[in-house]
Amino acid sequence: MAIHLANSNTSTNVSRTWKNPSTPTVQRIKWALILLGMLPLARLVVGYFTNQLGANPIELITRSTGTWTLVGLAVTLSITPLRKLLNWPWLIRLRRTAGLLAFFYVCLHFTTYIWFDRFFDVEDIIKDVIKRPFITVGFAAFLLFIPLAVTSNNAIIKKLGAKLWQRIHYLVYVIAILGVVHYWWLVKKDLTQPIIYACVFAVLLGSRIVWKLRGATTSVKIAVPPVTKVSRS
Amino acid sequence: MLIRRPSDILPSEINSETEFNARRDWFKQAAGLGLIAGLPTLAACEAQAQGAKLMGVKPNPTYGLPTDEKLNKFDELKSYCNFYEFGTDKTDPPVMAKSLKTRPWTVAVEGEVLKPQVFDIDALYKLAPLEERIYRFRCVEAWSMVIPWVGFPLSELIKQVQPKGNAKYVEFVTLADKAQMPGLRSGVLDWPYTEGLRMDEAMHPLTLLTLGAFGEMLPNQNGAPIRMTIPWKYGFKGGKSIVKIRFVEKEPRTAWVKAGPSEYGFYSNVNPTVDHARWSQASERRLSEFGKRKTLMYNGYGDQVASMYAGMDLKKFF
Repeated sequence: MAIHLANSNTSTNVSRTWKNPSTPTVQRIKWALILLGMLPLARLVVGYFTNQLGANPIELITRSTGTWTLVGLAVTLSITPLRKLLNWPWLIRLRRTAGLLAFFYVCLHFTTYIWFDRFFDVEDIIKDVIKRPFITVGFAAFLLFIPLAVTSNNAIIKKLGAKLWQRIHYLVYVIAILGVVHYWWLVKKDLTQPIIYACVFAVLLGSRIVWKLRGATTSVKIAVPPVTKVSRS
Repeated sequence: MLIRRPSDILPSEINSETEFNARRDWFKQAAGLGLIAGLPTLAACEAQAQGAKLMGVKPNPTYGLPTDEKLNKFDELKSYCNFYEFGTDKTDPPVMAKSLKTRPWTVAVEGEVLKPQVFDIDALYKLAPLEERIYRFRCVEAWSMVIPWVGFPLSELIKQVQPKGNAKYVEFVTLADKAQMPGLRSGVLDWPYTEGLRMDEAMHPLTLLTLGAFGEMLPNQNGAPIRMTIPWKYGFKGGKSIVKIRFVEKEPRTAWVKAGPSEYGFYSNVNPTVDHARWSQASERRLSEFGKRKTLMYNGYGDQVASMYAGMDLKKFF
């Protein structure tokens, strides 16, 4: 299906479809993603001031910002598989935005914890991080997230070189796994939600492993010359 | 045994909750009109509807509002509760429990007793004078409320059935009806939900067989028509929608102990120094308050209950 998108600044007569939208269109989609990403926060802010967050608003805010961090991570990690499946190379240009949105929510999540749960009691927080495994992994995930956010701009990629940058950003897989473990370990008994997130991440990480293995076997096939059958005597 | 009273202030003297006062006024007016006066024993009118006012309820001044506490709102109790039979999310029970049928309802009292009986719910309303008692309610999830419950001491019922000498524990079995409780489809707990108390805990004057809250019959989501309230223990010890009370010789294995023996103990007394296996119990979030409160030993009822646990290692018997 060829959907024609606005492409006012292209002089050539390229037929624009979802496979190759123009730069301004991608830019617009990016802004739409940012706006969409702000909706959960807007809901919390409006809900808080209109008393719509239930009897325990802080708990709801903590849970909600945690959930949206996981959703943001899932969206970020689904961009590469989607790009390959749909053959929409431009999707890669949304990945940084999605990743930074996830980071934005983990910051809100962390702030809610240190402020409204621990009230900046550093000693308390340190004890929590050491004693409570679910906080330990959550805290580790948050710390690991920081270098990814810091290196999410073109200047730094240039400085570090694509290879090193890529290597740093492999941490996102660790963060996703720690995030789900954090959720898994904090729920009282009903594991339904953590299991759903675990499955989503398993598919997203699994697809990468499958692609990698396929790539490996393909390259092996090319590298190895055809074997001629030798009959045994 | 001398039991010290936590406060001699009448709840009506310091109660600031306007909604609550309004209800009090309603009681007074009703009494003035002779609606209640003539029917002292017909304490609870046999109204079936949820939200029906309980009549003839007398505030027990021994268990009034502690001076440094404020009542929570009825809405907070109704909208924020754990009742896994109706779903594990706190927003599930208020919706899913709407259709719970609380009439007809019977509570079978059996086991090691001389007079086993099946009580009709309406008979239970008249078994003993209904009292209003304001208790702190501390959930194992580290949040809390202050609630005016209505009921009478469980000991009143126990005396009627006359436990035998070998009755060492009381087990509470709650409703497990798949047709009414969608949460039962999940294997999150071993249904039916059961709870239990040691005999001395069950006989303790604080232990309240609860039929109402905020002057009304218990809302469905809070365990209608009959539940337990044991204010010095974590909230889950108070089984909801009870159908059977059994007197037994051995410590019953309760639903949460079965679900996580390392995280939930039989006693489950509120104790800020013994943490849950995964989170701290040192402080709690009082619903409606912004900051957090330090959790009190035995939820602030230590002067009345600590003697029952003298000499016990509370880290072992958590």
